[in-house]
Amino acid sequence: MASVSMTVNGKSVTGNVDPRTLLVQFLRENLRLTGTHVGCDTSQCGACVVHVDGRAVKSCTTLAVSCDGAHVTTIEGLANGTELHPMQAAFREHHGLQCGFCTPGMIMTAVDMVNRKGSNLDEHTIREELEGNICRCTGYHNIVKAVAAGAQAMASTGQKVAAE
Amino acid sequence: MYAFNYVSPKTVRQAASALAKAADDGKLLAGGQTLLPTMKQRLASPGVLIDLAKVDGLSGIELKGRSLVIGAMTKHADVATSEVVKQAIPGLAALAGEIGDPAVRNRGTIGGSIANNDPAADYPAAALALNATIVTNKRKIPADQFFTGLFETALEPGEIVVKVSFPIPSRAAYAKFRNPASRYAMVGVFVAKRGGDVRVTVTGAGASGVFRAPALEEALKKRFSPKSLEGVTVPATGLNGDIHASADYRAHLIVVMAKRAVAAAIAK
Ligand SMILES: Cc1cc2nc3c(=O)[nH]c(=O)nc-3n(C[C@H](O)[C@H](O)[C@H](O)COP(=O)(O)OP(=O)(O)OC[C@H]3O[C@@H](n4cnc5c(N)ncnc54)[C@H](O)[C@@H]3O)c2cc1C
Ligand code: FES
Ligand code: FES
Repeated sequence: MASVSMTVNGKSVTGNVDPRTLLVQFLRENLRLTGTHVGCDTSQCGACVVHVDGRAVKSCTTLAVSCDGAHVTTIEGLANGTELHPMQAAFREHHGLQCGFCTPGMIMTAVDMVNRKGSNLDEHTIREELEGNICRCTGYHNIVKAVAAGAQAMASTGQKVAAE
Repeated sequence: MYAFNYVSPKTVRQAASALAKAADDGKLLAGGQTLLPTMKQRLASPGVLIDLAKVDGLSGIELKGRSLVIGAMTKHADVATSEVVKQAIPGLAALAGEIGDPAVRNRGTIGGSIANNDPAADYPAAALALNATIVTNKRKIPADQFFTGLFETALEPGEIVVKVSFPIPSRAAYAKFRNPASRYAMVGVFVAKRGGDVRVTVTGAGASGVFRAPALEEALKKRFSPKSLEGVTVPATGLNGDIHASADYRAHLIVVMAKRAVAAAIAK
């Protein structure tokens, strides 16, 4: 077993884990933060995207022990109490989801996109940047619209990643 | 994934001694974007995993004289967005920005990509075309001697890639025909011109990994223009054929991508 400590959504947490525990398993099974999903478990789909030290990563392809000392933000860390983060609100408003399975990863990827590329995102950029996120329901059109609108809303509320 | 012991050394020396101690049973972990999926599939099952994440001095980008030096643990995303790389070798920054997807680029490293030498990976094409030197904890290895075959390199057991030094070319660019599902290169061609010398490398197509294309190099040495490649062909022998593309189609794509790479190199 190995000991691991990190800050998750602003709270410091410590755990004793088998070294092969993936970050996503640690989040879901140890911390019961089940908003982060496992779609493929083969590094393809992006359902498991979370932010580690401010960067979007696939938590199914990251060991929990490698995140010792890191700051992690998950989908649960975005909202401010009952008030949705502007990117979450935009997905609701623009019907950016059907079953919702891919949505946490889409939103974490979208927020990272805005943090890196600013809030004026054209359709081409958004589609390129969503390369690593797969949705089997929506056909992507509404996701792209939601990301563009969410990015604009983030600029007007001056919001970057919440929680951290 | 099978169980393993995890160690997180702070220096290259500690990492090397952990690796030596583990002998055949140890593996280095860089970004994990290749190794962890492989371990999940149980195609790799190291007993000891030596994480390079906390080793000092392995990441960073700097100009040293006429060379661009990139630390082994430097992430693809950092190479793609670095102003230093964009100035010195814009084709290399562009290549890094086309690897996988944003989340893969946020963890995957140049050292891991080069050490892995996947026959469809992008960085090996750049390292070989730019005549890079791979600096390890033991020695300096010219790219010409580094990539020895399918997933094979000149690295010896216990050897750690520390940095990669790229001589700055006068012109260079990469053109990749990506497999839309895997995002790896179905054919990727890197062209680099330095003085009168031209090197053209191909990834994604060779049955034994990255290789140089002498016929294209000779044609481009006469005149560095896409037109010089009109009518030049590459033999399909030794190329991969699979469900994505036949060897003949890959041979055809090599010339097409080479023309695009030359056009991009001239435009920069
Ligand atoms: C969805 C997806 C898409 C991808 N698409 C592409 C693509 O389009 N093009 C592309 O080129 N790659 C692609 N990759 C691979 C990616 O670039 C990997 O990051 C890279 O191949 C390996 O780097 P890593 O840092 O993740 O290494 P790891 O996976 O940690 O290690 C890979 C191997 O290298 C060894 N190693 C690592 N560092 C060192 C070192 N410093 N010295 C000696 N040995 C070392 C390890 O022991 C291991 O055997 C993709 C990966 C994924 C998951
Ligand atoms: S579950 Fe991690 S990429 Fe699909
Ligand atoms: S909404 Fe169902 S997978 Fe995207």
